[in-house]
Amino acid sequence: MPHVPSPDPLLASDPLPGTPHEAEPRRRDFLFLATGAFGVVGTIAALVPLFAQLTPDASTIAAGGPIDIDLKGIQPGQMIIARWRSRPIFIIRRTPSLLKTLQSPELVALLSDPFSRVNQQPDYAANWHRSIKPDYGVLVGICTHLGCIPEFFPNPSATTPTGDWLGGYFCPCHGSKYDLAGRVFRGVPAPYNLPVPPYRFVSDTMLRIGENPEGSTYDLDDIVQL
Amino acid sequence: MSGQPIYVPKSGLAKWFETRLPLFGFLHHSFVAIPNPRNLNYWWTFGGILAFMLGFQIATGVVLAMHYTPDSKLAFLSVEHIMRDVNYGWLLRYAHANGASMFFAVVYIHMLRGLYYGSYKAPREVLWILGVIIYLLMMATGFLGYTLPWGQMSFWGATVITSLFGAIPLVGSTITTWLWGGYAVDNATLNRFYALHYLLPFMILGVVFLHIWALHVVGSNNPLGVEKKTEKDTLPFHPYFTAKDGFALVVFLIVFAWFVFYIPSYLGDADNYIQANPLQTPAEIVPEWYYLPYYAILRSIPSKILGVTALFSAILLFAFLPWLDRSPVRSASFRPLYRIFFWLFVATVVGLGYIGANRPEGAYVIAGRILTICYFSFFLIVLPLLPLIEKTKPLPASIADAVLGRPARPSLNPGHSSASEVR
Ligand code: HEM
Ligand code: FES
Repeated sequence: MPHVPSPDPLLASDPLPGTPHEAEPRRRDFLFLATGAFGVVGTIAALVPLFAQLTPDASTIAAGGPIDIDLKGIQPGQMIIARWRSRPIFIIRRTPSLLKTLQSPELVALLSDPFSRVNQQPDYAANWHRSIKPDYGVLVGICTHLGCIPEFFPNPSATTPTGDWLGGYFCPCHGSKYDLAGRVFRGVPAPYNLPVPPYRFVSDTMLRIGENPEGSTYDLDDIVQL
Repeated sequence: MSGQPIYVPKSGLAKWFETRLPLFGFLHHSFVAIPNPRNLNYWWTFGGILAFMLGFQIATGVVLAMHYTPDSKLAFLSVEHIMRDVNYGWLLRYAHANGASMFFAVVYIHMLRGLYYGSYKAPREVLWILGVIIYLLMMATGFLGYTLPWGQMSFWGATVITSLFGAIPLVGSTITTWLWGGYAVDNATLNRFYALHYLLPFMILGVVFLHIWALHVVGSNNPLGVEKKTEKDTLPFHPYFTAKDGFALVVFLIVFAWFVFYIPSYLGDADNYIQANPLQTPAEIVPEWYYLPYYAILRSIPSKILGVTALFSAILLFAFLPWLDRSPVRSASFRPLYRIFFWLFVATVVGLGYIGANRPEGAYVIAGRILTICYFSFFLIVLPLLPLIEKTKPLPASIADAVLGRPARPSLNPGHSSASEVR
């Protein structure tokens, strides 16, 4: 449609097709733009619920509240897997000898982020053992590569699961390796250390997953990658 | 019987209908009269088989859906129920599961045919890209379908593949949560995957319609890669190509039936008969065979973000073929060097598939990396640069010249001469 500006757009009337005034389609232009704008805004508004319904629903979020774990049953060197927010949570009771390995220079030299510089844990676990108390490690058991559950091989071995194994977690899917503090090895596909969930000790033998110690506002959504 | 040039409605009712909706005229034009290059070989029959397989998957899928329950507690049991209790349920499920494999086998042959004979070159770029879109939708559909039985491979395959999106910087975990509808793959995920698995085949149907439309605008390529010029170069679709396609379909169905009735679980994974357990990863996660080459590429790269990027680019490169291949000659029959690289490429893909099925250890890792480089080199180095050094063989003046000998012998050119106009 040829666009010839009318001297006074507000006064321009909508002519019938074929009449001499057709060259001044101001009113139709206005209606066209207004309808178009309304259509665009309306479509976007309609898409919001269509996309939002895919996000976790209220019942899923409600079921993600804190859980308590009794530590009395875990023997030294043993690990249990709890389930919190559909995710496996590793709770390992580390013996003094396992803790010593965590500090050995031989191991540290093989790690990609030995000092927990990348934000994969709360401040209260940003230490060499990546936990509140050295004896208890608490980790989200999801490989930071593509989400498999790493397997627990606590003891050193020359062959299993791979050669010169120092003890730790091995992911069966694409061969990523972690130590018993969830620190990832260099040269494996997983990019980051295993995440540490928010947790605190309710008593000496009772652990609460999903709640921080007083003063911390840590949330799993804040970390670099689950 | 043989191809009439135009559809002429005979009965009064047909005439009445045709003036209101010229449907039969359209079908007649598209599938009876349309002139095809007379030299199409059996590699050109796979498109028809694909159309058949899409209908087949939709038919078996809809009846499976009448017995399947998309609930994380019941899905596995409902598939067992289909296998044991539903009348002919075992047949329908085996047909659908193996049908997916056959569908992919056929689409791979169909795509390699295009690669060998240069069918993606002008003027068939849009036709080719529509094909790549169909392929992408098929991969999504197959993946979504494979989660439905909710076995161990279903669950962990879904976890690994959705986690690929977690590699996207900054928004990765928001996207995965959105895909899952929860903190991990769970009931909400299964439900939406089921809805989408039902939907996507119908979207494929829509794109197939566009694909065939585009085909009928530009016409089929042929083994010589020389455009048809006169009517002597062509034969009407019916009965010549309906017969050829029909025969190929029957042979294909024999192979398909052999899988369904004799080795129905050969292409499946035994782990998928163990119900999904979110707390235990199977010893080895292997996708369905048709994804293995890409899976090998993903695993060959010891960096998450680069591995995921390589995986997606490996697939998307197909869409750019019309512009990556710079040779003006279509058919590999006249490109002696390209023919060698084509077969090397096929070997690379098969090799990657083999590596994808094995644990990523030792020699497999090295071989995987070398073949990944070969894969990308084919697209990014060989295709653009080969025409600079390749001396192509002379092309025949026309299809009829090459096929019928010069000059074309009229006796071999069937006599519905006015039959088909040539575009
Ligand atoms: C493009 C076409 C399709 C492909 C490639 C495809 C692929 C698949 C695959 C690979 C499976 C898993 C089979 C197994 O291991 O048991 C599956 C399952 C299933 N599909 Fe499809 N499908 C297609 C179309 C459809 C359609 C149109 C429906 C209809 C609604 C459907 C409904 C189902 C159902 C209910 C299951 C679960 C039962 C089972 O596991 O056998 N599919 N599909
Ligand atoms: S998911 Fe653990 S190594 Fe890939």
